[in-house]
Amino acid sequence: MTPVNTILLKELRSHFVSPVVYVVAAVFLLIVGLLAYLYIVFTGAQAIQLMQVQGQAQINLNDLVFRNLFSSIRFVLLIILPILTMRLFAEEKKLRTFELLMTSPIGLNEIVAGKFMSVFLLFMGLLGLTGLIPLTLSLFSDFDWYPVLTGYLGLALLGALFLSVGVLASALTENQVVAAFVSFGLLLLLWLLAGLGSLLGDSTVGQVVSYVSFMEHYDHLVRGLVDTQDLVYFATALILMLFLTHRVIDSTRWK
Amino acid sequence: MIDVHHITKRYAQHTAIDRVTFSVAKGEVLAFLGPNGAGKTTTMRILTCFMPATEGTAMVAGFDCADQPLEVKRRIGYLPETPPVYQELTVDEYLRFVGRLRGLSGAMLTGAMAREVERLGLSAVQHRLIGNLSRGYRQRVGLAQALLHDPPVLILDEPTVGLDPKQIIEIRELIKSLAGSHSVILSTHILPEATAVCQRVVIINGGRIVAEDTPDRLSARLRHSEKIALTLSRAPGDVEARLRQVSGVQHVHANGPPGHFLLESELGHDIREDVARLAVTNNWGLLELKSISMTLEDVFLKLTMREEGVAQPAAGASHRVVVTEDKTESPS
Repeated sequence: MTPVNTILLKELRSHFVSPVVYVVAAVFLLIVGLLAYLYIVFTGAQAIQLMQVQGQAQINLNDLVFRNLFSSIRFVLLIILPILTMRLFAEEKKLRTFELLMTSPIGLNEIVAGKFMSVFLLFMGLLGLTGLIPLTLSLFSDFDWYPVLTGYLGLALLGALFLSVGVLASALTENQVVAAFVSFGLLLLLWLLAGLGSLLGDSTVGQVVSYVSFMEHYDHLVRGLVDTQDLVYFATALILMLFLTHRVIDSTRWK
Repeated sequence: MIDVHHITKRYAQHTAIDRVTFSVAKGEVLAFLGPNGAGKTTTMRILTCFMPATEGTAMVAGFDCADQPLEVKRRIGYLPETPPVYQELTVDEYLRFVGRLRGLSGAMLTGAMAREVERLGLSAVQHRLIGNLSRGYRQRVGLAQALLHDPPVLILDEPTVGLDPKQIIEIRELIKSLAGSHSVILSTHILPEATAVCQRVVIINGGRIVAEDTPDRLSARLRHSEKIALTLSRAPGDVEARLRQVSGVQHVHANGPPGHFLLESELGHDIREDVARLAVTNNWGLLELKSISMTLEDVFLKLTMREEGVAQPAAGASHRVVVTEDKTESPS
């Protein structure tokens, strides 16, 4: 068994005995389910209205349900993912098990990778469960699967980014609450950069600021546009965050 | 096996350890003795590659801690001050995780786990969550973790803290049984532990090594003779000369206020009975006669207190020490 797998399995085991994970999963699935229900009911109401006025209704589920749903899930992820990651390093430091990891013959890369993958797998599991929504809808209606799948790709990438920011925040402190709030803060900042970017307009600075925010990259994927530029954005952001985590942990040894 | 040369660890404000140099041979058990905050844990953390030294080199089994940390880590079993256990795992799961981190697998891993569970008496709690175990059991799980991959070097930071007396004896026996095949460094601020278990003692204080020797020689270094304190209420002028005639007495010193004397005799020669008889026959008014022994505790106190020049025992050494007053400060 490779060291990364060892860390990964141990972390998964720790997640599944922790009530936090079950609460987070329940809240996430409940809210996403509720949102989907609301959008579907709302779309249904619109369809009935159109039928009454025009005698026929062409309803686009992709636009009215999925795009709205994918946009709303961003907020939910922003709030719940930092709760999943806050434990990772902060708890190890607090309970002094960090010394065990750091004096074991494995590299820091492997520790960071194993821990990140554990939360990512967990998140993918949650995301997989929300797949029931489009599957159920497809039984009763017609819609284009392609933008739904790219939307899921966007969610997976967005989640990976949020989680890597959370891992970094957890490495910065030994207090889990602080770790969660630092990642909320960082993610909100990244979010608001999009607003700042559009305020600055089409200037070079404006474009750079917009690029740094995840908003437009995620929007492209939700609309069904798979652009290499966006994929590169998510990949570099993820690697940067994990690299910074590595540096932060390495530097705590020198203090 | 372990070679530490002039290591210094400096923080922004203070120096935790200052040019510490010592070495441990293969199969030797070395005690690191010092009050709390002396730098024991810092030294151990440098040896285990948990943190780097500001200056100096630390070599373990021929590998430099700064250059080849993975090689060093493979050869060290480390028990930190707080046992590094995951409360949400069972003892079995925890040991399996640690074994895999150290590269054990399959039959090797199962064998090592069975060996340590047996050796540390953990079979009754094997399937219980560590979070539900007592402090003593957690400490033992911590020890099992350090021994699991059978490392040639063991670094144990206060291994008997939190154990009851019976367990302390068991753990000491265990450490003694490791001598010969393993090199062990253990830190402690309890003196009898150092004498009971170790072949060599390094006394560290304020980040510096103040003494290094076997427990016996260490006390002998400060104790060349048996000392006896004597107090007489009616001492005549020639009392010193007459005391000197008692067989075995080497030196007699006036010690403090009139009537107080300090007698030195050869090691192993008890002169108290003769001195008492002499004092009583001559009606000198014998008030007090007591032997002043120099235990390792006194050595410890003397060595670690010197720099501060304080009369009060240091916080870490204040327990159980019966200070033998100033009379030990013989002008020899």
